Order: sequence, then structure tokens, then C-alpha cells
Amino acid sequence: MGRAGGPAAPPWHSLPDEVWEHAFSFLPADADRGAAACACHGWLRAERRSRRRLVVPNCYATDPRDAVDRFPSVRAAEVKGKPHFADFGLLPPSWGAYAAPWVAAAADGWPLLEELSFKRMFVTDECLEMIASSFRNFQVLRLNSCEGFTTAGLAAITEGCRNLKELDLQENYIDDCSSHWLSNFPECYTSLEALNFSCLHGEVNFTVLERLVSRCRNLKTLKLNNAIPLDNVASLLRKAPQIIELGTGKFSADYHPDLFAKVEAAFAGCTSLRRLSGTWDAVPDYLPAFYCVCEGLTSLNLSYATVQGPELIKFISRCKNLLQLWVMDLIEDHGLSVVASSCSKLQELRVFPSDPFGHNGGQVFLTERGLVDVSASCPKLESVLYFCSRMTNEALVMIAKNRPNFTCFRLALLEPRSPDYITRQPLDAGFSAIVESCKGLRRLSMSGLLTDLVFKSIGAHADRLEMLSLAFAGDSDLGLNDILSGCKSLKKLEIRDCPFGDKALLANAAKLETMRSLWMNSCSLTVGGCRLLALKMPHLTVEIINDPGETCPVESLPFDSPVEKLYVYRTLAGPRSDTPDCVQIV
Amino acid sequence: MSVETERSSTESSAASGLDFEDTALTLRLPGSDPDRKRASTSDPDCPSPTAAAADSPPSPKAQVVGWPPVRAFRKNALAASASARTKFVKVAVDGAPYLRKVDLAAFAGYTTTSAAAYDQLLAALQDKFISHFTVRKLGNEEMKLVDAVSGTEYVPTYEDKDGDWMLVGDVPWRMFVETCQRIRLMKSSEAVNLAPRAAR
Repeated sequence: MGRAGGPAAPPWHSLPDEVWEHAFSFLPADADRGAAACACHGWLRAERRSRRRLVVPNCYATDPRDAVDRFPSVRAAEVKGKPHFADFGLLPPSWGAYAAPWVAAAADGWPLLEELSFKRMFVTDECLEMIASSFRNFQVLRLNSCEGFTTAGLAAITEGCRNLKELDLQENYIDDCSSHWLSNFPECYTSLEALNFSCLHGEVNFTVLERLVSRCRNLKTLKLNNAIPLDNVASLLRKAPQIIELGTGKFSADYHPDLFAKVEAAFAGCTSLRRLSGTWDAVPDYLPAFYCVCEGLTSLNLSYATVQGPELIKFISRCKNLLQLWVMDLIEDHGLSVVASSCSKLQELRVFPSDPFGHNGGQVFLTERGLVDVSASCPKLESVLYFCSRMTNEALVMIAKNRPNFTCFRLALLEPRSPDYITRQPLDAGFSAIVESCKGLRRLSMSGLLTDLVFKSIGAHADRLEMLSLAFAGDSDLGLNDILSGCKSLKKLEIRDCPFGDKALLANAAKLETMRSLWMNSCSLTVGGCRLLALKMPHLTVEIINDPGETCPVESLPFDSPVEKLYVYRTLAGPRSDTPDCVQIV
Repeated sequence: MSVETERSSTESSAASGLDFEDTALTLRLPGSDPDRKRASTSDPDCPSPTAAAADSPPSPKAQVVGWPPVRAFRKNALAASASARTKFVKVAVDGAPYLRKVDLAAFAGYTTTSAAAYDQLLAALQDKFISHFTVRKLGNEEMKLVDAVSGTEYVPTYEDKDGDWMLVGDVPWRMFVETCQRIRLMKSSEAVNLAPRAAR
């Protein structure tokens, strides 16, 4: 902004926009670019015109057309829809998060768009057809946890996107229309670098796949679905030894020495293989076929492999350079202690439950000890997701002391409100130790028996915390108040089954506008409280969500009617107009 | 598609809780038995389970929607692999005109721990060939299948991975399930030449 009168403006005021655009390209984070854009109109103009990558973490935070208008030169866009708890069945299926308006706006305003990612959104075949026909240089499509489309939509992509480099389908619900989407890649097409169809259930034409893999010499990532038998996986690897990331298909077969030798030889040729996943129903007999690639692996996802015992442990212990390990709790404490001593470079550990609902009744010997061992011996460990059945304060305190460098700590005790199993005390002391010690903690999920005390610690110490997940915790509104009045960096808060009510929300209403979103279900909220919140904060959308089929209009309900599910988020776009009957915006 | 998401989170719990009833061959879809207990909606006032439950084997509990926080995709994959863990083997009986199949993965062992010392596998075989056999328990704990009509004794044998015919009951149960390819109920009189039974 030029100053009226006064001394002559400094010389850098007259620098052309291109110089600023070039300068901004060195800013690492979008937040930095956003801050620069606030300095003056000139910088705003230069920044928004040169923004190439846009992330919209809440698709309802803005109208898609406004986003496209503001950043006209975007080449790569990522949009996320439903709140995280939708993953656990807590959101009605018709809630929203439609990709169509985003695709339409992009088709209009970003003809040069190259990359598009959607997460937890409703994507239709029409969207995919529009993507295929609107962007002449479209290269990367990533769909994660989406639904609403079929293999016919995929066929439109594979046929229409001549420059496609990456098709990444992760954990989507895709209807198989037996459309030959894979065959739609033209014979002359060779630019594929990454293909992930692990979430597809149907068979694919193996000959077509084999030919595709053979002619795409730049293929680096290949993640197959579990309809592809072991034999064929080996054949594919022969054709693509340059592969860096592999998701195997079904990794079980009756043991045959010939097949074993074939698989082993195929893997021996893959000297660049660094990331391995898939391994559905892996059987121990074939794990040794992987031995030759263990040394080079940096990422191993065995979280769908229901294999246990010495073969599993032997295999993992050979992977000395692992940075990232995802396993089932079948690895047990003993296995994790081997991981602790073998994988000294480990940065991320995720341990998933093999029997989350206790149906198999079998005892899995994974306890707090496994996590203590890994935390003690892996100096680079910074991210943990751990499902287990028991925990103690002492273990958590030890973990906190050993690993102050945690950035993400998520503990899910299988039984709600589980106390310290030795002292029978709440786990307040343990989690307090975590937040006090881990100053860089950005994400925390807590479980077990917790009182309001732990929230005092969190509010006071968790300065860098951006995302907090709570379940079956706390005693009163004081708990929620401590969180909302502290936690300076909090962006996302998701709460279920905690005795928190309207008071804390209303007292900290302004805080909610500094956050991306708040989710609460099965707490002690009332319709009246939510209405007051909405009145107080016009830039927030306050959604009351009922079960599908329950459409009692909120206006007719008394003040103290309970609210089962609440989703609050800040938005520039005002209340959305695509809500189903079970969602009401107050 | 969208319906699947919701259905999976509430029904997959029943589907993943496969027990013997589910592995019995019927025309129903797994988990759709109307008599079985279903996942209940969450009750925020539900008191926490007692301390005693922490160390004892978990009993089937009323389920809370969405807890533990396992993604629907993973739940479905677990359920699918649980149902894939079957091992059906053919059962042939000397003199019977057709074969039957039995799922070895559905049994916990040769015998139950109950006082009746009731041999699970043999009892199931008795079920299949109900017109033929009774199970006779001999003094030395050996189980034999006896044809009620003719009095012929049958000895359960199996073919292992190497193609050899072995007497059922010698090796640990898990090893037996791994290696058994098919079962034959052999007439006692023909069974004398099999590998000698290890001392019990």
C-alpha cells in the first residue's frame, strides 16, 4: 500500500510481480504464503496468481468457485470432505461432501490442472468423466476413502487422460461394473508411474495388466488387489524390476517349492524396492521369499497380514532400515522387542488389532510392554498408533521420558474407560507426562479412564497440538473448558461419549473460529446451546446431525432437547445447501 | 455404495464374530441369523466394565458403535480373512457311497476340555454319518467309530502333505490341521499296518 505523501517509497515497491512470485516460491508452507498475502495488495496479487498447489482441508469452508477465482493458476488441488469420525461409522452416509461442485469449478477455472486429490468425499462417475474431458494435461488422480463411483468412471479416466502418470485409489468403496477400465489405457500409452487399485474387489484382466506394466518403463508404484494370485505377482515383478513401491495381491497359496522359487527370484530382481504393503492373508511359508529385499525396505505395511509367530518376527528383524512399520497385534510384545533391537531407524509404528471386538476370544499377547520397548530403543520414533488391551501410568511415563520427540501419539485401548490395570487409577498421570514431555506433539488420541485432571495438563502444555481425539473421557465441562481455553494451536477437536455440555462451548465460542472444526457425539449438548452458539458466531456453521430417518425439525424442539451429534466448522461460504434431511444447520 | 459404508460398521461386527454356527453350511448369509445378538447403539451412561474383566478372557460384550476406532475398510478386510480361514477336507468312509466334507478350522482340537471327553472331530463325523455310527469310548481313552448295525469298527485316518496315511490323533492339533489333506474312516481290520501310535 503506497503511503499518501511522505518520503519516496522504497525501491522494492516498484519491483514487478514476477519477482515477488519467484520469491514466494521459496516459502515452504501455504501458511507462510497466506501470511505474505496479508502484507499488502501487491503481495496479495503476486501470491495468489502464483499459487500452484492448493489444499482445502474442509470442502465446506469455502465455495469452490471462490477458491478457483482467488487462485487462478493452481496446478494441483487437494480437497477433503467428511470429518475423521466418519471412518468409524459415526456419520450418516448421505451427509454430503460432494466432489461435483469442485470438479465443475475446476473444469471452468483451472484448465491447466494436473493433479486432483479427494479424501472422504462423494465422487460420482460423472465427476470422473468430467475430469477426463476437462484437463488436457491431467496427470495425477488420488481418491482416498471416497465412494459414489464405479469402475465405469475409472474407465473414463484411463481412456481420456492421455498424460496420466498416477492413479491412486486408496480404501475407496468402488462398485465393480466389470467395466474394462484397465483395458482402456491405449496401446501407445506408456507414461504410467504409479497405479494403486488395492481397494478394488473384482478381477482384472491379467494379460492387459501385464502388457501395461511391460510397456510403462517408468512405473515406480504398483499396488495390486487381492484378486491377483501370488503366481501372477511374481510374473509382474519380472516385468517391472525397477519398482520402488509394491502392494502385493493375495499372498497366500499352498506351499510349492516351484512357486516359492519363482517368487523368490522375482523379488531378487527388484533391487530398488523400498516400500512393501498388501500381503493379504500372508502365510509364513512364503515370507522367506522376501528376504532378499528386506535390507532395502524403508516402509513395511503388514497390517492386513494375519500371520504370526517366528516367521513374521524373523522377517521383520531383517529389515534393518525400516522407517515405517505397520503391523497387526499378532506381532505381540516379543515381536516388538525384536523390532526395537533390529529397526533402529524406525520413525513411525502402527499396531492394529486383529480381533477388535473380542470375537475370537483368543488372547493376543500385546501389552504396554511392546510400546515401552520400541520407545526405549528407537531414537527416531516420532509417530505411534497403538491398539492394545491394557496400559499403566508407569509405562506412559517411561515412554514420555524416552521419547520427547513424539509428534503424533495415538493410543486406543480396546475397552472404553480402562484404568491403569495395576493400580486401577485413571491414566491422567501417564498422558500428562506425554504432553509435558513431548513439546512438539501435534496429534494426540487418548483412551482409557481419564478425569478432568488430564485436560488441565493438556490445556496448559500442549502448545503445538493441532488435533485431539477424545473418547469416554472426563467428568465435566471443566475438562472441555481447559482444552478450549488452552491448546494454542488446536485446529481439529473430535470428541465422543464425554460428559461435556454447552457451557464450555459457549464460554469458548471465539476459539472455535480459530479452529478448522469440532466434532462431538454422545455428549451432553442441547439444541438450545447449539442455537446460542450459532447466534453468537455467524462465521461458524453449526450442524446438528441425527440418525437417518429422524428428521424432527430443530425449531420445534425444546431448548434442552439433547443433541446426539454436532459438527461445527468455520466457513466463508455461509450455510451449505446440500444437507440431507437428517442434518440441520442452526 | 454409501449404504454399504453404514451397514459395514454395524453388521461387520456380527460378521467378524464368526463361530461354529457361521461356518456351518447353510444358505443364509454370514451374520444374518436373526437369533444372534447384534451390535447395540452406544450408551453414554454405560458404566465401565469391572476390573476383573481386564485379566480374564474377554466375554462377548455389548458393542459400542465405532469403538475401537477401526476403519470400516479394515473391519471388512478382517471379516473377509476370518471367513477365509477354513479348511474343508473330504471325509471318506469305507463302504459309504459318497464322501462328505468337514471344516477342520472350525474345531479347537481333537477333544474338548469337558468332563465328557467328547471327541469333537469324531463327534462331527458321527453327525455326518448319523445313520451309520455311534462313538464308542473304550477303556484306554481311545475313540473308535462303531457301526451300530454291523458292529464294524472304524479308525479315523488321514492323508498328510507327503501323501502318507496316518492315524488321527498322533500329532498336535494345529499340526494336524496344517497337514491333513483328506480323512478316511478305515475299517479297523485294515488299519493294522499304519504307523504305530505314540505312547499316550
